[in-house]
Amino acid sequence: MGAYILKRLISAVPVLLGITVIVFLIMSMIPGAPATATAILGSYATPENVEKLDRDRGLDKPLVTRYFIWLGNMLTGDFGRSFSLNRPVLDEILDRFNATLVLAGVAFVLCTLLGILAGVVSAARQNGFADKAFTFVVLIGISVPSFFLGMMMILTFAVNLRLLPVSGMDAIYGGGDLPDLPRYLVMPALALAVVATGVIARLSRSAMLEVLRQDYIRTARAKGVDERRVIMGHALRAAMVSIIPVLGIQAGFALSGSVYIEIVFQWPGIGRMLVDAILKRDILLVQGGVVFVAAAYVFFNIAVEVAQSLLDPRIKT
Amino acid sequence: MSALDVTELSKTFPVGGGLLHKPGAVRAVRPVSFTVETGETLGIVGESGCGKSTLARMLVGLIEPTTGQIEIEGKPLDNADAAAFGKLIQYVFQDPVSSLNPRKTIRQIIEAPLKYLHGMAGDVRAGRIAEIFASVNLREEFLDRYPHEFCGGQAQRIGIARALAAAPRIMVLDEPVSALDVSVQAQVLNLMADLRGQFNLTYLFISHDLAVVEAVSDRIMVPYFGSVVEIGRAEDLFKTPRHPYTNLLADSAPVVGRALTAPEQRDTELPDPLNPPPGCAFAGRCPRATERCLTAEPKLRPLGDDQLAACHHPLD
Amino acid sequence: MSGFLKLLFRNRLAAVGAVIIGLICLVALATPLLPRADPDVPATADRFQRPFRPGHLLGTDHLGRDLASRLLWGTRLSLAVGVAAALIAGTIGSTIGIVAGYFGGRIDNVIMRGVDMLMAFPYILLALAIVAALGPGLMNALIAVAAVNIPFFARNIRGVTVGLAGREFIDAARLAGKGHTRIILTELLPNVASMIVIAMSTTAGWMILETAGLSFLGLGSQPPVADLGSMLGEARAALITSPHTSVVPGVMIFLIVMSINLLGDGVRNALDPRLRSGALTRPRAVTLVERRGAIPAADQKGLLNIQDLETQFHVGDRVYRAVNAVSLHVNPGEALGIIAESGSGKSVTALSVMGLVASPPGVITGGAVRYEGEDLLAATYRSLREKRGDKVAYIFQDPLSTLHPLFRVGDQLTEAIQAHHKEPDDAARARAVELLKAVRIPNAESRIRNYPHQMSGGMRQRVGIAMALANDPEVIIADEPTTALDVTVQAQILSLLDDLRRERGLAIIFITHDFDVVAQLCERVAVMYAGKIVEEGPTGAILAQPAHPYTRRLMACLPELGGGKRRLAAIPGLPPVVSDLPPGCAFAPRCDKATAACRAGEIPFDGDAAHRVHCLHPEFAPMEVLA
Repeated sequence: MGAYILKRLISAVPVLLGITVIVFLIMSMIPGAPATATAILGSYATPENVEKLDRDRGLDKPLVTRYFIWLGNMLTGDFGRSFSLNRPVLDEILDRFNATLVLAGVAFVLCTLLGILAGVVSAARQNGFADKAFTFVVLIGISVPSFFLGMMMILTFAVNLRLLPVSGMDAIYGGGDLPDLPRYLVMPALALAVVATGVIARLSRSAMLEVLRQDYIRTARAKGVDERRVIMGHALRAAMVSIIPVLGIQAGFALSGSVYIEIVFQWPGIGRMLVDAILKRDILLVQGGVVFVAAAYVFFNIAVEVAQSLLDPRIKT
Repeated sequence: MSALDVTELSKTFPVGGGLLHKPGAVRAVRPVSFTVETGETLGIVGESGCGKSTLARMLVGLIEPTTGQIEIEGKPLDNADAAAFGKLIQYVFQDPVSSLNPRKTIRQIIEAPLKYLHGMAGDVRAGRIAEIFASVNLREEFLDRYPHEFCGGQAQRIGIARALAAAPRIMVLDEPVSALDVSVQAQVLNLMADLRGQFNLTYLFISHDLAVVEAVSDRIMVPYFGSVVEIGRAEDLFKTPRHPYTNLLADSAPVVGRALTAPEQRDTELPDPLNPPPGCAFAGRCPRATERCLTAEPKLRPLGDDQLAACHHPLD
Repeated sequence: MSGFLKLLFRNRLAAVGAVIIGLICLVALATPLLPRADPDVPATADRFQRPFRPGHLLGTDHLGRDLASRLLWGTRLSLAVGVAAALIAGTIGSTIGIVAGYFGGRIDNVIMRGVDMLMAFPYILLALAIVAALGPGLMNALIAVAAVNIPFFARNIRGVTVGLAGREFIDAARLAGKGHTRIILTELLPNVASMIVIAMSTTAGWMILETAGLSFLGLGSQPPVADLGSMLGEARAALITSPHTSVVPGVMIFLIVMSINLLGDGVRNALDPRLRSGALTRPRAVTLVERRGAIPAADQKGLLNIQDLETQFHVGDRVYRAVNAVSLHVNPGEALGIIAESGSGKSVTALSVMGLVASPPGVITGGAVRYEGEDLLAATYRSLREKRGDKVAYIFQDPLSTLHPLFRVGDQLTEAIQAHHKEPDDAARARAVELLKAVRIPNAESRIRNYPHQMSGGMRQRVGIAMALANDPEVIIADEPTTALDVTVQAQILSLLDDLRRERGLAIIFITHDFDVVAQLCERVAVMYAGKIVEEGPTGAILAQPAHPYTRRLMACLPELGGGKRRLAAIPGLPPVVSDLPPGCAFAPRCDKATAACRAGEIPFDGDAAHRVHCLHPEFAPMEVLA
C-alpha cells in the first residue's frame, strides 16, 4: 500500500509541473504587461517608471527563463507579492484557503452522504414514491444556479425569517466564537452542496441499477443472502467502484462552486480573492492562487485513487 | 507452389512499464513456420491462451508481427499494410454479429471490399454483390436490411460473403461456428466446404472444438503456450498423437459411452506468460516429463508419416 | 428519426421540457420584433418599480430600465452563448476523443495525458485563468466555458470509441481496404454520433449555467448589455430592498436549465440502447408470479417437481413465451440432464425454480414448482430465501461474472454458510477451507484469501461448486457449468461433479447444449425446443432410440471425434422466435415428417411413464449414427 501511495505521489509530479506550465502560459498571454504596471504605479506611471518596474519584475527576460524563475521561487515558498493587497501572495492564499476548505469540505461531505443515500434508496425502491420524489428534487437541484439559490436563501432565512446571519464568517474573523461557525456555515454549505448532491444521487442510482443486473447479484440471491444485505453489501460495494471517481470530480465542482457562494455570502475564501484579483489585474495573486488550489485538488484526487484501490482489488497496487 | 508460406513468424507484446517498473514482454506467438498447400484446409486447434488468435490476426495483417515473413503464392507481403493483405487473404470472425457494423445495411457492408480493394464501378458492383449473395444461399431482399435483423447463422453467412467479395486466395476462419448452435453450425460448415471447392480457396480453420476441426481439416496444427507442439494429418493426429498434450486434448473431449474420468486430476494452469519456464512449456502438466524437459526446449521433428511433434519423449 | 421522436415524446417530462424550451427559444428569436422599451437606456426616475406597473410588467431595475425587456434580450444572449459553447466544446472535444480512442497507443497516451492535465484543475480555476488572460467579456467567457468543457467531451467520447474500435467490424473494414479517415468517418462516427448528441444535450444546460455564472461574477457580459447572469449580478446589491430584480433573471435561468435538462434526459433515454432495453431496471428479489390458470394439484413425483411451468418475458407490448408448460422432476440422488440450444428456455426453466429470473421483464404465468410437496411459487420471500442455497443450490455458467469481484472467495463462501447457519466466523472459515479441499483446490488455506480475478477459469468454477455445496443442499441446479471452460478443464470439472454427487447423494439438474456431456453424466434426459420439452426419458433409451425427430436430428449434427474429414449433418431452417410461436409443433417448419396435423393443434405428450415424446410421428428405429 505504502509503495502504491508513493507511486501515485511520484506520478503527481509531472501533473503538477504541467499545471504550472498551463497557468504560466495562459497568464503570459495577457496583453500589455505595461497596463498592469500602470495599474500598480497609478499616477506614478511615467514611461521610465513602467520600464523600470518591468525590468525589476523580470519581464524583459525570455518566456522560458521567466517560467523557471517563477517555478524556482514558488518551490522555495515565494509566490511573489500582491500589489493590490501589498502582502506576500502565499500568506494571503493560506489565510483564504482555510475558509474555503471549511466551506467546500463541509459541502463535500454533505453532498457525498446525501447523494449516495438518495441514490441507493431511489434504486432500491425504483419507481416507488421515494424514487419519484428524489428524482424531482434532484432535477431541481441540478438546474438551479447555486448563486441564485444562495440569494433566495438569504432572502428567506436571514431577511424574512431572521433565523440565520445574512453573510460572512464572523465566528472566525472578527472575534466571534467557534461554536458560532455552524450558524454562518449552514446556508452557504447547503447552497454549495445542492448541485453536487443531485449529480451524485443520479449517478449512484444508475450505478446501483446497473450493478443489480449483474450475475454476481443473482449468485448472492441464489445463495440465500437476505435482500437487505444484497443491496447494502453486495450491490453498493460494487457500485462504489463507479461512484468514487465521480466524488473526486464533484470535489472539484464544490471548489469551483465555492467561488460563487463566497461572493454571495461574503465568505472570506480564496474564490472571492481570485475574482477580485482578476478584476484588479493582480496577476501574481491569480497565478499563485490558481496553482495552489489546483495542487491541492491534485493531492485530493490521489487520496481518491488510493481509496479506490482499497476498495477494488483488481487495481494493481 | 504453396498457397501460404510462413517463416519464423512471432509476436511479442510489451506489457506494463512505467516510472518504477521495467516493461516486460509476453511472447504470444513464438517463432512458427508452416506451409499450406493450395486448396488445403489447415486446422488449428488449441485452448485459450495458446496464441491461435494472435497468429490468425498476424496472417491477415491486423497485427504486425515482431519477426518473420508471410508469403502468399510465392510473393512476400508487406507486413504493415492491411489493404495489401485484403486482396489475398481474408478473415471470418468468431462473433458474426459484432463483426457487422450495426449502422450499415448488408449491401454497404459487402460493397466495401469491392469498392476499396478492387475499385469496382457502381453498376458492376450490384451484379457482383448479387452473385456473391446467391453463393452463400441468402435471399437478395436481405441486402437492404440491418445486421440486428439477422440471427447468428445468417450473420455468419453475411460475414463469409463479405470475405468472398474481396476475392481472396486464402481465408482465415477464426472460430467461425463456435457462437452458433449445433443444428445451425453444420449448415455454415458445409457451406464453407462448398465454397472452397467452387472458388478454389485455401482455408485456415481455427477452433477449440476438436471434433469440428477434425471433420473439416486436411491437416491439423496444435499450438500450446505460443508454440506449435504437433502438426499432422487430420485422420491420424488424434488417433495416434505423439505429443502428450495432443493426447490429453483427445482424452478430454467428451465422448458418448466413455466413463467420466478426468484424464488429468490436478488443476493445472498455463505457465505464467511474463515468466515463462525455460524448457518445455507443457512439462509442468506432463506425466512423461524428465529433467531434460525442464531445461531444453524441444524442437518440432518428424515422428511418423507426415506428422511432426515437439517433444523429448513422444508417445509411440 | 420519427421513431426517435415518438420515443422522446412518450416520456412526458421530456415533452414538458421540450415545450418550455421551445417557447423560450421562440420568444428569444422574436424579441427584436416585439414592441418593448430599449433594454439598455437608463431612466433613473423610474428606479426599482415593483412588477405589474403599467408599461413595466416586471418592474424596473436599479437604473429604471424595463426588466421585461432586459429579460428578453438577456435570455436571447444567454441561450446563444450557452448553445454556442456546447457546440464548440462538443465538436472539438469529440474530435479529440475519437482520434485518441481510435488510434490508441502513443497518440492516445499523449492526448489523454493532456486532457488529464486540464482535468486536474477544478474547472472554474481554468475558466477564471482564461478570462483573466483574455480580459472580462462575454465572448471570452464563452471561450473559457467551451475550453474547460472540452476535456469532459474528449474523455467521454474516447471511452465510447475505445469500446467500438476494439469491435470486429472495425477490423473487417480495414480488411475491406478502408483507410483510417474513412473508417473514422463512415464506420465509427455513425455509431458514436448518438453518444455525442447525448453528451451535448445533457451538458448544454450546464454550460448555460456556467456562462451565467461568469457573468454573475462580472467577468462575462459587460454593462450596459446584460445576459441573465449579469442581470442577477447587478441585482444582488439590491437583493433585500428590491428582490424582484433578482428573482426575475434567476427564475429564467432555472427554467431554461431545467427544461434543457429534462429534454436532455429524454434524449438520452430515447437514444441509449441500454436504457431502451430496460437494462437499468432493478430486478426484484423474487421473480414476479402472476399465475392465470389453475394451480396444478400436487402429485407425489420426485424431490423437486416442476409442473406445467410457464415463464414469459414482457417487453413493451411483446410477450416472449420462454417456457411453455414444462413439467420435470428429479429424484434424490439422480442426475437429470436438460439439453437444448440457445434461446430454448432451458436456463429460464432452471432460474424459475427459486424465483431468480430477472423481473421485470420476467413473469411466471403458470404452473407450480414443488419442493418436498410445498409450492415454491406461492412461498413467502422469507421461506424461499431460507431454501435458496440451503436446499436447492445453483452453479452458474461463467464463473468470472458470477463471483463478486470485490470479495475474497473465502468471504463469499463463509457468507453462503452464514446466510443459513449461525456459525461463528472461525468455524465458518474452517468449513470454507474444507469445502475448497472437497473440490480439490490445492493450498486451500491460502487460496481462500484470493480474489476471483486471481484465479484461473477452472479454479473459479471449483469455487462456484464449493459455494453450491456449502450447506449440503438436496438439489443442485447446474446451468451450463462447463461451457465457458477449455476442454481439458471441462473434463476435470465434470468428473469432480460426478464424484461429488455420488459421494453425497445429491440430485443434480444439469443444463447444457452438449449431448456428449449429458450422456456421460446423467441418468435421465429431457430435450427442450422453443420453450417446450419435446422428449424425456432414460439417457440410454434416448441415445439408442431417439423418438422425436428433433432429438434424432440434433444427435446426428454432433461431430464425434475420430470420424475423420467429412460432411456434417445439419437441420435446415432456424429455431423459431419465442415471441411468435407457430400453432402446433414448433419444430414442424424444420421437420421432414411434418403433416398438416402437426401445424394445427396441441400435440399430446405420449409414451410410457419412463420415455415420453411430444410428437405425432415419433421414430422407432434405433439410431445408427451413434454406436
